[in-house]
Amino acid sequence: MTWQGKVLRVNLSEGTHEIEPLNREWADLYLGERGLATKYLWENMDPKADPMGPDNVLIFATGPLTGTMSSTSGRYAVVTKGPLTGAIACSNSGGKFGADLKYAGYDLLIVEGRAPKPVYLHIVDESVEILPADDIWGSTVWNTEAWIKARHQNPRLKVASIGEAGEKGVLYACVVNDLHRAAGRSGVGAVMGSKNLKAVACHGTRGVRVEDPKRFMAAVKATHKLLAESEGRQDLTENGTDSMIDMMQEFGGLPTRNFQEVQFEGTDKLNPAAMQATKPNGHRNLVTNKACFGCTIACGRIAHIDKDHFTIVNRPEYRIASGGLEYETAYAFGPVVGIDDIDALTFASYLMNEHGMDPISFGGTLAAAMELFEMGVLSEKDTDGVPLNFGNAEALTVMAEKTGKGEGFGQVLGLGSKRMCEKYGHPELFMGVKGQEFAGYDSRALQGMGLGYATGNRGACHLKHDTFAEDMEDQTGKGKAKPCKESQDRTAMIDSTGLCLFTTAAWGVEEFCQQIDAACAGDWTPERLIEIGERVWNLERQFNLAAGLTAADDSLPKRLLEVPAPSGTAKGKVNELAKMLPEYYAERGWTAEGVPTNETLSRLRL
Amino acid sequence: MQKSLLIDPGKCTSCLQCELACSFEHEGAFSPAKSRIKIFEFGHGARAIPYTCTQCAEAWCMQVCPVEAITKNLTTGAMEVNEQVCVGCKVCTIACPFGTINYNRDTGKVVKCDLCGGDPKCAEACPTGAIAYVDSDWTGYERMKAWAQTGQAPAA
Repeated sequence: MTWQGKVLRVNLSEGTHEIEPLNREWADLYLGERGLATKYLWENMDPKADPMGPDNVLIFATGPLTGTMSSTSGRYAVVTKGPLTGAIACSNSGGKFGADLKYAGYDLLIVEGRAPKPVYLHIVDESVEILPADDIWGSTVWNTEAWIKARHQNPRLKVASIGEAGEKGVLYACVVNDLHRAAGRSGVGAVMGSKNLKAVACHGTRGVRVEDPKRFMAAVKATHKLLAESEGRQDLTENGTDSMIDMMQEFGGLPTRNFQEVQFEGTDKLNPAAMQATKPNGHRNLVTNKACFGCTIACGRIAHIDKDHFTIVNRPEYRIASGGLEYETAYAFGPVVGIDDIDALTFASYLMNEHGMDPISFGGTLAAAMELFEMGVLSEKDTDGVPLNFGNAEALTVMAEKTGKGEGFGQVLGLGSKRMCEKYGHPELFMGVKGQEFAGYDSRALQGMGLGYATGNRGACHLKHDTFAEDMEDQTGKGKAKPCKESQDRTAMIDSTGLCLFTTAAWGVEEFCQQIDAACAGDWTPERLIEIGERVWNLERQFNLAAGLTAADDSLPKRLLEVPAPSGTAKGKVNELAKMLPEYYAERGWTAEGVPTNETLSRLRL
Repeated sequence: MQKSLLIDPGKCTSCLQCELACSFEHEGAFSPAKSRIKIFEFGHGARAIPYTCTQCAEAWCMQVCPVEAITKNLTTGAMEVNEQVCVGCKVCTIACPFGTINYNRDTGKVVKCDLCGGDPKCAEACPTGAIAYVDSDWTGYERMKAWAQTGQAPAA
């Protein structure tokens, strides 16, 4: 119950598909979504395989609570080997696609091989078709969705697709569903493109049933109420995630101009107040807020661009309202590249959704390119005549479009910051971990964040652990290993349920457990759920070790370890990773080389 | 007092909790494909509009039904489909000007909003108040009040 009990396996090389029963033993050990997909990936591919080759496996996975009435129940994960990092890639997304994949009757969709020619999948319940995508290869995400719905005369289809960036192998291309929600990080869209898979379109009428409906609805009612009453939830509804920009500015943890600084002078032009302000000409960036499937928070922003703004003044097709700025896009197109033009940021955000790219990695890469440009390593000859100075809003939007379309210097930016910095002889300017760019938090001000970044299984990521409380309280490396480890496990569990991390504004493990225990067969306790999280984390680690990563990859750039923060509450501090990391390995039950011990593996039944 | 659903699209975030609640109440499963209330999104989601049966006083669906399967619940005012009687001819789906009565191929019957017998689950589930269940005779009360309030400030 609540799992559909079926896995759809598609082999694109052979052009075949089969429906197989879900391995319930694995579901009991790995729950769903991130965890279960990790187990299936581990069992179905060689971790050493080329991420862009036909032997990589691409899994779309829903969780046991996906499609139920639990708040935020629209989540699905895309799990594969990532081309940006060479590590396991695990990106999840909201919107409405995930729920429909489950309603069609599948817990997981496993994509193997590589289609000889571009194709898309059309799934309506038991009907599964692999159809030619010649007419939409080269199309944007937005045009692809419209074309597929028209082609099948079915407006209820939900579509997850790649844009040109995914087709052309931009290493941080993402999978976009429902026009502006994305499995954003680690290049999962590039893997989809390498398989010649343009889109997955699905609609399901099968519904989802839970084990104990009465108890489940009581849990739903109680947890909805908790969420509704929480202050954190209210802030997310009113301001989206962008409130963070003011917090990080004040704290001095806001990476600015490729992490040369930690505070940005232009935040009041990018914060929620700016998004909600009405300009003298009557234009207001924010149009409304919007929810993903089942979500009672609705943190999503729908925004529009001033029609006279330079980005769209001659492009009437962009006089629309679409997905607006979240904190991470505001950071990645703002402080870290020194830009404070909110409409330019919004336009760049549209371009990311249209072409299917991760804004965090794009912004991080552009920031490094701007530093190289200001150092004189790059000149306008390299950058198609565009002066890549920090603060140049036009450079942001022009380069976003070039990267999305694979044109000119955009091809270099599409490599990601690590490869680009190496290419120009300055590897030290790459700001990230394992080849993936940092999110909008500086690890000199937030020590535990640094540890989470360094040990992140998919590279630098702010979403796989949560040490904010500890980091705000104490700005040393002391006492960060344990909360980092524990929050990584907790987060891995939440990512395996089918629900969104933002529910933690009001919910602890107990609240997730109430819902899981009522929805799923068997007995579920908070301890069992946390253990699942730990198991998932360790299996991801096993995958990475087998792929060839080592403890040396659990590192931070020298700039964060050796160059003190120039201002803010952490002025004069560097990240204390060398102190935290051994403590973290011990906390995890790993050797000093970062390898899980046999005791740890057998305790977790790995 | 008879009550009606009052829908305020301006408050709808398109979360589909109403569709989940509706399908669970009527089908025992979470299945928006089987919901009697639908959310329509326009543009890239800048506007979302909940839509369901308004329970016409002289319901065309009821008037055209050849087997009198649709009857008015005198307590709630809802037009209800008697599944035992319905033969699935779908004439009502043609007659309804709003499209809010539809055929369900799994059961071979038509389905429509029945106000959940006077306790509509969509309104209960809506987190933003976009769907409310209010006195049928005064669905405009809050809107009147809001306009009235604009005249309350003293003249400058």
